[in-house]
Amino acid sequence: MSELIKKNASELVSLMASGEVSSVEVTQAHLDRIAAVNGTLNSYLHVTADAALKVASDVDRRRAAGESLPKLAGLPIAVKDNLTTTDAPTTAGSKILEGWVPQYDATVVTKLRNELMPILGKTNLDEFAMGSSTEFSAYGPSRNPWDTDRIPGGSGGGSSSAVAGFTAPLAIGSDTGGSIRFPGAVTGTVGTKPTYGAVSRYGLIALASSLDQIGPVSRNVLDAALLQDVIAGHDPHDSTSLPESLGSMAEAAANRSVAGMRIGVIKQLTGAGFQPGVQARFDDSLALLAKNGAEIVEVDCPSFEYAIAAYYLILPAEASSNLAKFDSVRFGLRVTPEGNPTIERVMAATREAGFGPEVKRRIILGTYALSSGYYDAYYGSAQKVRTLIQRDLAAAFAKADVLVSPTAPTTAFKFGEKIDDPLAMYLNDIATIPANLAGIPGMSIPNGLADEDGLPSGLQILAPAREDARLYKVGAALEAWHEEVWGKRMIDFAPELKVGA
Amino acid sequence: MSELTPDLVRHLASLARIQVTDDEAERLAAQLAVIVDSVATVNKAVEGDVPATSHPIPMANVFREDIVEPSLTQEQALSGAADSDQGRFRVAAILDEE
Repeated sequence: MSELIKKNASELVSLMASGEVSSVEVTQAHLDRIAAVNGTLNSYLHVTADAALKVASDVDRRRAAGESLPKLAGLPIAVKDNLTTTDAPTTAGSKILEGWVPQYDATVVTKLRNELMPILGKTNLDEFAMGSSTEFSAYGPSRNPWDTDRIPGGSGGGSSSAVAGFTAPLAIGSDTGGSIRFPGAVTGTVGTKPTYGAVSRYGLIALASSLDQIGPVSRNVLDAALLQDVIAGHDPHDSTSLPESLGSMAEAAANRSVAGMRIGVIKQLTGAGFQPGVQARFDDSLALLAKNGAEIVEVDCPSFEYAIAAYYLILPAEASSNLAKFDSVRFGLRVTPEGNPTIERVMAATREAGFGPEVKRRIILGTYALSSGYYDAYYGSAQKVRTLIQRDLAAAFAKADVLVSPTAPTTAFKFGEKIDDPLAMYLNDIATIPANLAGIPGMSIPNGLADEDGLPSGLQILAPAREDARLYKVGAALEAWHEEVWGKRMIDFAPELKVGA
Repeated sequence: MSELTPDLVRHLASLARIQVTDDEAERLAAQLAVIVDSVATVNKAVEGDVPATSHPIPMANVFREDIVEPSLTQEQALSGAADSDQGRFRVAAILDEE
């Protein structure tokens, strides 16, 4: 195993820029690692080795010729399989899109190509990003490199297990209710959901359009910042794309500090309901922040009590509309029943065969929530709760510069533990959902191992809309103090991966 | 208690164009009943006159310049279709015979 794969992305960038290693060496090292461990981890649904090496050798040639190259040129990356790519199938983890090769690249993919980053492949996810464990992927679950009997989080468990399993230095994720941050927390990696609209969603297969946001998956806060700087920016192809720039996240990470900052602890997201070891590491980090000059204040967000309920009305409602496009006509699967069926029967048979259980559950729930007679009571009330949550957060940010909480109530659970209990599965998202409902940025950083199981826990940082830089400033500072205390990076505590036959 | 019966699930599934077996309707009804009871608490959250938020960062009238840009060719647009004929998507009968 090449030691290159253990390095942070920023180190690889420096090594390539100085000519100590080539992009082909870095890319090949990751492809070798994929060949060795993907059978165990199932992080990748599709590997694009030839295309990645082609980009890498092009970068090496151009660098040797003295060309000026983009900052992350030659650095390989993995892309979640709900972003369209013209040179690889895009399935969103669903049978209904098996083998579909899109006719256009997502804007984020175009930006990675323009940055000359070799794309290693497409990563696994719960079907259409509906889930917290990857157990709802039609192509089997991804596994957590810390313990392969446990979930890598979801929906972006392919990206989190790739980065935690050293098969990619960076990955792209999408976060609708925590699908970047929760996988980050349970795999000891960094996951960031930028402000709603900071990153274009053109070419992202939509789950819930008022909640979805694309963001970076990495092992390190600076690495996440470098990637957000590449993928962020206005895109005329996405009408929700923010017109203004949010500045350089890499600069914010470099200026790491909490001196004089007020850090708010959300009363509703601490204490009861959180695993003792997760809570203990969270309390350790609060002490570390206070010791380094932050003022810790408590903030009250009473409407968070209703966040999950509102989310599981808004999301299914939007998803049931968004997924109507999978109708057997323009792309994807078509199942034709016996006899001489009408198109409606073809659609119904196709969607029955092509969608998995969680997708069906949510589409039917969304159809119910939007039915006449229920619309006001359910969807209408949920949208009002959204306003209340925004108001709670506005009041909290008047008292604090950033808010913190544990990212998730528990460490990684075992496969099968929650699969038959949808409500228990939904509770994983209790701390991450408010950010999506309010459109604010959030980041999960590694926060030490829980005593009772030795598994990673995460700390979530939230900032006001458009203030993504604060996440990086605080996240990088806390990460540096953690590494000082621990004597190494959190990922270096992960046991050597046992590779199955 | 929820009114989510297997019959209602079958009706909703037909609106959503998803064929369900009787077993599936039974199972979904039981699961959705629990979920609906839980999400129905949003009713209790709101007192008085609270405006609805549909998008977290509202924007209005987002348009681009009205200039022609490259788009998919007919061949590209049809490339993912299960069936096509003479440059068009080909589907089963739209209407029943009766």
